[in-house]
Amino acid sequence: MTLLEQFRLWLGGIWPEWAAYIVPAIVGIVVVLGFVLTLVIVFIWYERRLMGRFQIRLGPNRLGPEGIFQPIATAVKILLKEDIVPAKSDKVIHWLAPVIVFVPVLMIFAVVPFGERAILTDLNVGVVYVVAISSISAVGIYMAGWASNNKYALISALRAVAQMVSYELPMVLAILGVVLMSGSLSMTQIVASQKIPFLLLQPLGFVIFFLGTVAEINRSPFDLLEADSEIVAGYHIEYSGMKFAMFYLGEYGHALAYSCIIATLFLSGWQGPLSPPIIWLVIKVMAVFFVIVWMRSTLPRLRVDQLMAFAWKGLLPMAIINLFIVAAEVLWLSEIMPWLMVAVNFVFAGVLVLLWSKLFTLGGGRVEV
Amino acid sequence: MAIKTESFILNMGPQHPSTHGVFRMRVTLDGEVVVDVEPVIGYLHRGIEKLGETRTYTQIIPLTDRLDYVASMTNNFAYVLAVEKLAGIEVPERAEYLRIIMAETMRIASHLMAVGFFLNDLGALMTPVLYMWREREKLLDLYEMVCGQRLTYNYMRIGGVSQDVPEEFLPALKKFVAEMPGFIDEYDQLLSQNEVLLARTKGVCILPRDTAINTAASGPVLRASGVKWDLRKADPYSIYDRFDFDVPVGSVGDNYDRYWVRMQEMRQSVRILEQAIAQLPEGEVCAKVPQLLRPPVGEVYGHIEAPKGELGFYLVSDNSIAPYRFHIRPPTLINLTALKDMVIGWKVADLIITFGSIDVCLGEIDR
Repeated sequence: MTLLEQFRLWLGGIWPEWAAYIVPAIVGIVVVLGFVLTLVIVFIWYERRLMGRFQIRLGPNRLGPEGIFQPIATAVKILLKEDIVPAKSDKVIHWLAPVIVFVPVLMIFAVVPFGERAILTDLNVGVVYVVAISSISAVGIYMAGWASNNKYALISALRAVAQMVSYELPMVLAILGVVLMSGSLSMTQIVASQKIPFLLLQPLGFVIFFLGTVAEINRSPFDLLEADSEIVAGYHIEYSGMKFAMFYLGEYGHALAYSCIIATLFLSGWQGPLSPPIIWLVIKVMAVFFVIVWMRSTLPRLRVDQLMAFAWKGLLPMAIINLFIVAAEVLWLSEIMPWLMVAVNFVFAGVLVLLWSKLFTLGGGRVEV
Repeated sequence: MAIKTESFILNMGPQHPSTHGVFRMRVTLDGEVVVDVEPVIGYLHRGIEKLGETRTYTQIIPLTDRLDYVASMTNNFAYVLAVEKLAGIEVPERAEYLRIIMAETMRIASHLMAVGFFLNDLGALMTPVLYMWREREKLLDLYEMVCGQRLTYNYMRIGGVSQDVPEEFLPALKKFVAEMPGFIDEYDQLLSQNEVLLARTKGVCILPRDTAINTAASGPVLRASGVKWDLRKADPYSIYDRFDFDVPVGSVGDNYDRYWVRMQEMRQSVRILEQAIAQLPEGEVCAKVPQLLRPPVGEVYGHIEAPKGELGFYLVSDNSIAPYRFHIRPPTLINLTALKDMVIGWKVADLIITFGSIDVCLGEIDR
């Protein structure tokens, strides 16, 4: 029983039934959204400071201690900007797109466990819910690109659809490995079953899921949607003011959401000794995001055909092989010797990655026109 | 059933993060594939050639600063060499060495920026640029010591240089020369074997040897295509014949070779700098030249190996205080004509990095 359900039962004893149903839901949503939006602000600051360190500069450090208030200043600046709608744009879709990008990001947090019983709703198909909801953002991005009446935005929108569809497959296959091992689709159950973090039990699955995630949240080296140097800012080139803020928050919210999902699925979620669960979750989320920022500030961008090749020829076959290995291990090895599984899987992961790096080149070349 | 498709025209620039200034490309795209490119230039045209014909010979020097502003001391150098050739002026030894030191440090500064922004075009989000600016910053400090400026130096004079270097200059330069190979190794480690960089640049947008020669390309763009042509060796000017250095040459002429040639040229520049510092004599830094120079009637073409290619100045004198004709051969304008040959059939992302690999400077293209 989650904390919210307990609250509802207690409230049902003293209040009418409808109020006992609505009030806990609103309280839960407000608490989680407050937590998420605060963490998004922290993330924006965290990324800027980290990028500063990676790029041998300081990063924002004027506003407040260590520049912690800089994101708030940025938010105020963005909100005060004029909202410009391009003349020949599709006005309704142009208005709707930021909402469709931003709302699913918040909806993901409904199934993220913040503690043993601290979860908004413990869906028995939590993982499927995450995969389904997070794909909706692609629709929003396509709408934004289409409605902007801008060629850069259109290129970005078409790239977005191709990229999201391609990277969803290896991601889902990697998640399947986790589901096989924990024997449940519920996020709470998955955390509970991680006596050893799945990062150790399924290193290959983790790598595939992580790379898929980076592609899904449009971070370098897969940031083709935004590709500053090519298509300027991609789908949100024609957005300003509050609408741009929605995209901006959506981007960081997406990064936060997926960091939470990675921490939950592979890093044993809120579990950890001594400190309270929420602290452990935040530490793990920060660690995941650190790696994402590290990659962003280090690696050049892939080209669009190489991106697709990487998904279909690189990640997808490896994800399928990984799924078969995990299935076989669950069938014959599980429960008896988990640490043997760790060793076997690390060997498999190393061999497969090495094999693919030799066999598979990010080719693609000139097209006759 | 076949879906009907048609190509569309994308107007890239003049405001675009990767056009390195105000450059515009009318790109015809078939999806992501580049079908046609039409460069449109002239947004930064200031009429420097015509302006030069109304100035005295000395007053033209600051105008040349505004050509390739990434390596403006090299422009000074090329111009004063042309005038000295026209008027037959002998330059003191120390001035020659100082000029070489400035030209080679400028080459390093320019290549640092070229490689850094090439990586930025590849999508490496400012990190390589900022690492390379760490060294470029030291060079700018050196220039500030000698002439008080950090961008437009106006340091060379007809017959020498404007003033001798201050005493803190040489120790700082020696320190830089000692450190620089280590930094170049660092870049090599971080970049040259990076899988993504290799995948994006190896074999991409090849400029064949013949095409490179036919388009009169020069500098790293030409040498990456496998042509061993460096004016410092082919037509030694100033005192380059006294130094021992190699000319790095690429093999294929792809984007990686253009990147690699620049990295190697920085190493060679460090070699030249080491020799120049060791040989630097004492003495005058400027010859006695009349305030209002009236070169004899005639014409001259002086050219040097600028960081970006062959930079030439063509001067016609009618024995007055201003040149009758003042013409500039900017290397990147000529190199830019090879762009279309390289990118047709490649993706739009390759167009961007190829444009970056030419290393253009709009100040010099538009003049």
